[in-house]
Order: sequence, then C-alpha cells, then structure tokens
Amino acid sequence: MIDTARIDAIVVGGSAGAFTVLSSLLPALGPAPRVPVLVVLHLPPDRPSAAAAALGGRGQRVKEAEDKERIEAGVIYFAPPGYHLLVEPDRSLALAFDEPVHHSRPSIDVLFESAADAFGEGLLGVILSGANEDGAAGLGAISARGGLTVVQRPDTAEHPFMPAAALRAAPASAALSVDELRSIFAGFDTPSRDRGALDD
Amino acid sequence: MRALAHEVDLEIRLLLDAIYHRYQHDFRDYAVASLRRRLAQAVEHLGCLSVSGLQERVLHDPTAFPSVLQYLTVPVSDMFRDPWYFRAVREHVVPVLRTYPSIKLWIAGCGHGEEVYSFAIVLAEEGMLDRTLIYATDINPAGLEAAQAGIYPLDRFRRFTENHRRAGGKSSLSAYYRAAYGSAAIDKRLKKRIVFSDHSLATDSAFGEVQFVSCRNVLIYFNRTLQDRAVGLFHDSLCRRGFLGLGAKESLRFTAHAAAFAEVEHDARIYQRKA
Repeated sequence: MIDTARIDAIVVGGSAGAFTVLSSLLPALGPAPRVPVLVVLHLPPDRPSAAAAALGGRGQRVKEAEDKERIEAGVIYFAPPGYHLLVEPDRSLALAFDEPVHHSRPSIDVLFESAADAFGEGLLGVILSGANEDGAAGLGAISARGGLTVVQRPDTAEHPFMPAAALRAAPASAALSVDELRSIFAGFDTPSRDRGALDD
Repeated sequence: MRALAHEVDLEIRLLLDAIYHRYQHDFRDYAVASLRRRLAQAVEHLGCLSVSGLQERVLHDPTAFPSVLQYLTVPVSDMFRDPWYFRAVREHVVPVLRTYPSIKLWIAGCGHGEEVYSFAIVLAEEGMLDRTLIYATDINPAGLEAAQAGIYPLDRFRRFTENHRRAGGKSSLSAYYRAAYGSAAIDKRLKKRIVFSDHSLATDSAFGEVQFVSCRNVLIYFNRTLQDRAVGLFHDSLCRRGFLGLGAKESLRFTAHAAAFAEVEHDARIYQRKA
C-alpha cells in the first residue's frame, strides 16, 4: 500500500484523542525500528513528559528530544512540553522557544516543515486525531517536498478536525484506519537477525 | 512554487553574510531551522518576494534592518519564568553570593528584561540588591530599550505574580511595579542597580568578572560552534566557583566545556565553574 523502503524518518503529530491511537501504533514499530520517529503531541503544559515514558513499550528507546542531539535510527523522540522541536539541515534536533503556532508549543507545523526540509522525499508524515488545524500546513509541506503523507481517517478519529484539515492541505494523503496505520508502522520493524547491523 | 530547501538555505547564508558585513551582527552560526521560519515571516512582513529580496532591502535601506532584527531575535519570556529555577537560585546560589562584599550578575540575552527584574527582586528580597550590579545584555537595541523602560501590559502580571509566588517570593510583587492605564512600570529602585548594554555572544569578548551568569533559552538558537563560543565566554567571565544558569531544556552536555563545570541542580540547569 505504501512504499516504506524509501523512508528515512517518520514524523507524527496529534492532539485531542491522539494519545490512545499513538499508544496502539508505537508498539507495532518493534523494539528497534529501522528509522527515527519524531512526535509532537499537544499536551497540557504542566503535564510532564510522562507521556513519552507511558508510550514506550517492548523495550523501545523512547526519549524527550534534546537540543542539538544527533538523530539516531530506532529511537522515538518526543518534543518536550513548552518547546518547539525542529530538525536542522544536518538532521540534528533543535528546540526553540518562539511564539506558539496555532496556540501550540510544541507545534506540529514547526516540526513537520523543518523535517520536510531536512528529509525531503525520505519523510513519512502522520496526522492523528485532534481538534485544531496545527499540522495541516506541515503535512502540506511534506507532500510538496515529495514525502509520503497519511492521516487517521477522520471518521475513525475521536476528534476529526485535525486529520480533515490535514487532508485538505495535503490531498494526496492516504486516509487510513488505525489498523491500516498499524500495519504501515509494522513495516519499519526490523527482523531480529538484522538488528545488530543497525549502526553499520 | 515553493523554492527548494537548499536554495532557501543558500539565500539565508547570503543574507546572513550581508548582514554581518554591513551591520556587524553575526547570525552565521545560528541554528538554521527556526531561523528559516522567522525569516519567512520577515519576508512576508516587509513585502519582499524571497530571502534574496530581503537581502536587497537590508543592504540598500538601513531603516529596514531594525525590522529584520526583530525577526532574528526571540525575546519571548515572563517574569520568574520556570519558577523552580528561581527557587533553586535562592537555595543554591544566593547563600554563596551573600559571602561577597560586592556582587555582579550577568543576564546574557536579556530580551525585554523580564528575567533581569526577576533577579533584581530576588536580590532585593534577600537584602542584597544595594551591593549588587546586574549587567543585562542583548544584541537587539529595540529590545534593550524596552527592557530598560520596564513597562509591560498589566494583564501579564497575573501570571508574573503566580510565578513569583511559586518561585518562593518573600514579598508581594506589587511592591515592585506601578500600574496605570493597562500597563505596569517596574520600580526605579530596581533599575538603579542594572546596567543595560549591547553585547554579542557571537562577536564580543568576555565580560568583567561576575559571580553568576544567567543565559536562558538563548543557546538553543545557536549551532554547536556558537554554543561552544558562548559557554567559553561565560566560563572566562565567571570567577572561580561562579555559577551558570541555563534554560530548562539546555545543558552543557553537548558543548566543549562540559568538563569545566559541575552540575549544581540538574532540573534547574544550574552549573558551577570548577577552577
């Protein structure tokens, strides 16, 4: 359905209703996915990044993104609460404290647009449930740079506004059920015999 | 059609070169991704068609540069932002500062001054302000002017007051400002101990000896090269066992100077110069 072989990185964005979906998607990646995964979830600002910890399963490497950190395949990075997360041209991570975008910091647009610039055709963008339009412009940017874009099918989302807006901004996106999204994520799981060779 | 990423990055590099040679402001080692975003806003705001168009404006119209500078710097802050930071300063730094006959602080990248006045209030509450000098520096002249004026919309003070309380404030914040017509002006008593000045972490040298440097949410806008330069300046400006405070998501871990500092409080990102 989707050519995952050309993908070098996945970015995921979601807001209201996305937490549960994400917690069923991430385990499908397996303990050592072939690519890095960068996530922006809108969460209440005072709720610490316990979210990241709660979502890591099956021995996955899940962490809060740090400024100027090099991106590693197999690691799932979450934007820290209160900061924008961006990808630099050399594919290291950067944080920023600029004004919120669509009332959101971290903003999905900010991550997606910078990741689209850094990864181009090698990027897969995923928009999940949410109640505002953050992420739509970002998904459009990924699509414009030749990356792959998918959204949670709005009628399956607890809050359809965000995936519907993203679908309008990136009409080439596939609108998929959670099960279909899960099988795409499973395509990044590495067979255990290959795992030792990841860093080569 | 949207220009390709590497073309925009090339235009940005040329713009930053032009700004450096024309105005001596050096943004060449800033982190690129967030700069790209802010420059896109500047292009739109100044009615240009591209970053190259912005470059032409900046080179030929000196009145345009101050507007562009507003997009190159990010003065977003609050008084007593991250209250736990100020709580940790009170707990770990103030007792040491108290032992000095005269105290010098450097707030690097002071934006619109919210943090500068927060420190002045902490020191006033601790009875140390009269023997303290606070150097507040920034590269943006308009920002420095705003910082020096110390006037903020009154509706921001609800949050400032809550932060101050959570930071372990020992007095009422309202003792330090005067409200009128929807604004509030910071008290002159605090300003007497503050020197605002123009200083660039990218091009200027170390400051006179200080016991504490606070530089928060500035380093995240630099690449690793410039981060190393800035932390080197902090190191050279600090007295032995002087303190360095960074932003909540900044650390010395990826810098060349990590070994020259000891961590005092991990969560508050407070470090101490070793020797």
